[in-house]
Amino acid sequence: MAVKVVIPTPLRQFAGKKDSVDIDAKTVGEALAGLTSQFGDLRKHLFNEEGKLRSFVNVYVNDEDIRFLQKDQTPVNDSDVISIVPSIAGGSLIRCICS
Amino acid sequence: MPRERDPGLIPPSKNSAFQTNEQNDPKGAWATNQDLLVNIKGEGKVKMPTLTSDPTLQLSNDEILRYSRHLIMPEVAMEGQLKLKQAKVLCIGAGGLGTPLALYLAAAGVGTLGMVDFDVVDFTNLQRQVIHDTDDVGRPKLESARDTIRDINPNVEVIPYETHLNSENALEIFKDYDIVADGTDNFPTRYLVNDACVLLGKPNVYGSIFRFEGQASVFYAKEGPCYRCLYPEPPPPGLVPSCAEGGVLGVLPGIVGSIQALETIKLILGKGKPLIGRLLLFDALNLKFRELKLRKNPECPVCGTHPTVTKLIDYEQFCGIRGEEHVPETHVPEITAKEVKQMMDEKKPFVLVDVREPHEYQICRIDGAKLIPLGDVPKRMHELNSADDIVVHCRSGVRSARAVEFLMKSGFKKIHNLKGGVLAWARDVDPSMPSY
Repeated sequence: MAVKVVIPTPLRQFAGKKDSVDIDAKTVGEALAGLTSQFGDLRKHLFNEEGKLRSFVNVYVNDEDIRFLQKDQTPVNDSDVISIVPSIAGGSLIRCICS
Repeated sequence: MPRERDPGLIPPSKNSAFQTNEQNDPKGAWATNQDLLVNIKGEGKVKMPTLTSDPTLQLSNDEILRYSRHLIMPEVAMEGQLKLKQAKVLCIGAGGLGTPLALYLAAAGVGTLGMVDFDVVDFTNLQRQVIHDTDDVGRPKLESARDTIRDINPNVEVIPYETHLNSENALEIFKDYDIVADGTDNFPTRYLVNDACVLLGKPNVYGSIFRFEGQASVFYAKEGPCYRCLYPEPPPPGLVPSCAEGGVLGVLPGIVGSIQALETIKLILGKGKPLIGRLLLFDALNLKFRELKLRKNPECPVCGTHPTVTKLIDYEQFCGIRGEEHVPETHVPEITAKEVKQMMDEKKPFVLVDVREPHEYQICRIDGAKLIPLGDVPKRMHELNSADDIVVHCRSGVRSARAVEFLMKSGFKKIHNLKGGVLAWARDVDPSMPSY
């Protein structure tokens, strides 16, 4: 079962410049693990040293924040879309998520 | 503290209808009108703030003609137009997002427009900040913005705050306004604006952009989540701005800032369904709008049930910005552009490495430089010989400092960072080279 993971602009450089990736997964945790095993550079931008999702990165299943669902245990099926939504500062000077 | 107002700027009137109204209304300018309960999709009722109206306030015949396309719509009409005239909106930033915000709010007849910015117009702004003209380059943005607004609608009172917004002045500046529209470009100010709005109970109309992507929402802690409910913390220290990853399509802030102007006007009118509790995502490349649900976080440090942030804090420190710029782990030896030119003139052997991106290399380059984009340095460092003298450069010197640091850790010793990058080269050595 492949779920679509939407990659935001600032992170596309670490995901082969793709705007979305299809991953076989039953939960959000599996999908993100699959994504970061495919694109190793993404890992440190999504997770901290303890392997927890960084607090400036939110993950949504369709339009719901997984923090208010079952977090990484949130089940997904192939019609679902997972979105990674990092905070962006915006404007002229960009403080971006870069290595 | 806000600077003293320039006597050349329009002074704020002492007897604005809004202030008179505020004095008469102990509840303040925002009163909850039970008639304006708006149903948010499956989320129950949201109480819309609405300005109380001053019965003595009227439009002149000129204003009636000017706003006639508003007045003939029942959703605005005379009542709404008078609300707009009484409204006081504070725009944080007179740049990419601040441009459409200020232009459309002024044109729509928002009576008082505060603007906070301390920047000066430069040529790189003109690609998107259409409130400023070519002739304005070198002028303070607020002076330039004020002139444009005055040309569009002389009825608008512009109150400039040519200052760096900080924890000491934010509450004092914000307190006189009904709505704050956040068009800033950095995390410390985002969190400062959010916290000040939560503490004062004011709506924060949020917009943010990155390259081809935008976000917009209305953070109004009385009725829904705040920015910290969405993002409790900013990215950690060490994540510095990089020109390679920056850039923004000129039209994008026009779209996102216009959405902010629209939401601001809806809040003033008390009409429609505001972006409270919703995050709008806009992808310009694929022309897609998406919407995510935002929920109030009961554990939010500023608007939750047990807040730990009860006054403004040091936001530079909170965001790990302070002191970050010049604290590399190892000392990075530097060399000036003039010294590099001298080495070239004296035909001293050295290798010049350019760590910018290929599309930057096409804009301008120093003759003889070898292009190895920063991201490729680890896998291509075998192309360099640690026995050679090496000078590394980028656009401004930030990325090349990282490359030098990395190469030194890998055993390179005869290596220098070109201080100020190609910008310094263009300034001090080759004035015919374009800057970007």
